[in-house]
Amino acid sequence: MRFFFHFGRYLLLLKQLFKRPENYRMYWDELFRQMVAIGVSSLGIVIIISVFMGAVTTVQTAYQLISGLVAKTVIGAIVSDSSILELGPTITSLVLAGKIGSSIASEIGTMRVTEQIDALEIMGVNAPGYLISPKILAAVITIPMLIVLSITLSISGGIFVGDLTGILSAQQFIEGARSSFLPYNIFFSLTKAFTFAFIISSVSAYQGYYTSGGSLEVGQSSTKAVVYSCILILLSDYLLAQLML
Amino acid sequence: MIALKNISKSFGDKKILENISLHFQPGKVNMIIGASGSGKSVLMKLMVGLHLPDTGSIEYDGQDYVSLDRNERSEVRKQIGMLFQNSALFDSLTVEQNVLFPLSMFSPGSHADNIKRVNFCLDRVGLANTNKLYPAELSGGMKKRVGIARAIVLNPKYLFCDEPNSGLDPLTSIVIDELIREITQEYNITTIINSHDMNSVMEIGDQIAYIYKGRKEWEGDKATILTTDNQLLNEFVFATNFLRQFRDKSR
Ligand SMILES: Nc1ncnc2c1ncn2[C@@H]1O[C@H](COP(=O)(O)OP(=O)(O)OP(=O)(O)O)[C@@H](O)[C@H]1O
Ligand SMILES: [Mg+2]
Repeated sequence: MRFFFHFGRYLLLLKQLFKRPENYRMYWDELFRQMVAIGVSSLGIVIIISVFMGAVTTVQTAYQLISGLVAKTVIGAIVSDSSILELGPTITSLVLAGKIGSSIASEIGTMRVTEQIDALEIMGVNAPGYLISPKILAAVITIPMLIVLSITLSISGGIFVGDLTGILSAQQFIEGARSSFLPYNIFFSLTKAFTFAFIISSVSAYQGYYTSGGSLEVGQSSTKAVVYSCILILLSDYLLAQLML
Repeated sequence: MIALKNISKSFGDKKILENISLHFQPGKVNMIIGASGSGKSVLMKLMVGLHLPDTGSIEYDGQDYVSLDRNERSEVRKQIGMLFQNSALFDSLTVEQNVLFPLSMFSPGSHADNIKRVNFCLDRVGLANTNKLYPAELSGGMKKRVGIARAIVLNPKYLFCDEPNSGLDPLTSIVIDELIREITQEYNITTIINSHDMNSVMEIGDQIAYIYKGRKEWEGDKATILTTDNQLLNEFVFATNFLRQFRDKSR
């Protein structure tokens, strides 16, 4: 029952995003601010986790395939494919859900409990439109870019560590990666990226927008934003895999 | 002019407001007084359209706000300025950007003109040269002033203030009250103030309505508020010693 209440209210909130902006320039400026807040400021963490993801996967795959019968290039194939299909989009999104989701929910939630949203409404501004749509748009633009970066860095991390520790040479890695590469996987990966970006931004915005109470509730909303975003990311990850692979 | 007719409002099965009718005149400071929890803030939120009443009408110059569609409502809202109890300034914006916000959103003027208007309003509330400060760097009284500047920047016809001097010291309260009164008269605004501060009422109230447990218990001006024989109002007004002595002396 609770689920249907929230889902219905979530859809109604999304519907309000499609009203005509009062002033396009203000929305445009806000979009750029959000692209910086969501995209640029997440660069550091994405770089760090991605390089390590690729490196660790390479070492562990080599450990599991410790047999002379399998060609070393297979390691390159496995690491690059898992980076494209799962590590890049899903793991990165889960981390971003923690970083971006909590900040969106607490920003909007604070605005709610301190009546800043009421102030916007009274001015005649469509508050969901002005506060939420630039965030969703910014997330849907920048998160897929971050994920492409993450995939690249993850594969690079694998190549680097493989070469450094003598597991396999860079040439062997790239040869393996090329042999198993399917363009469709990139399409699949980007589909996931857009879906997850939308989930993180819209679910967190929803949690923030319907906060009521005080700073305690803002904290709770931001926790819920992260938890629900993560669950929904994993759920849709599974559904997309079922549907598209 | 704003006219409320038979306004009622419940949240769930809890009746908050019952059958309230009131009139508010331009160029006057209209005060709504009442104890904590009597429903003043809810009434104000109904008037500015943040909630809708269960029954009754809210007329702005004869137009019933409740029956307007979305676009017409937002036209009415552009004529409304509101000062919130905790100021509700946008944390992420500077003082200048806060006051500029409604202008950038709605005014067709150039940026330079808008900045000029912002500076005029900040100057009017006594806050010249604070443009680059953030709300977190302001005192409570300064926040209220910025709130007032933001509320009047689009030349509203109606100004709503929810407890403008809650959390302020008595001196600053008087300054804010005076500022609201001056602005009301200067620009012929219909001002409505929620308050439980009898000092403010005696200082600036032109018309006063007393709300008791969600009902309008009394309505009048400040000359009559001290001499009324309404029992409930007397209890509220003379809860402070000062006014009681004042009354006893004048008898
Ligand atoms: N959104 C809401 N949902 C449910 N009940 C509410 C809501 N807003 C206010 N109330 C209830 O309405 C009653 C009146 O509240 P209101 O805030 O209007 O009082 P007030 O007269 O402004 O008091 P104060 O002087 O303390 O600000 C309270 O009992 C409050 O619990
Ligand atoms: Mg109140």
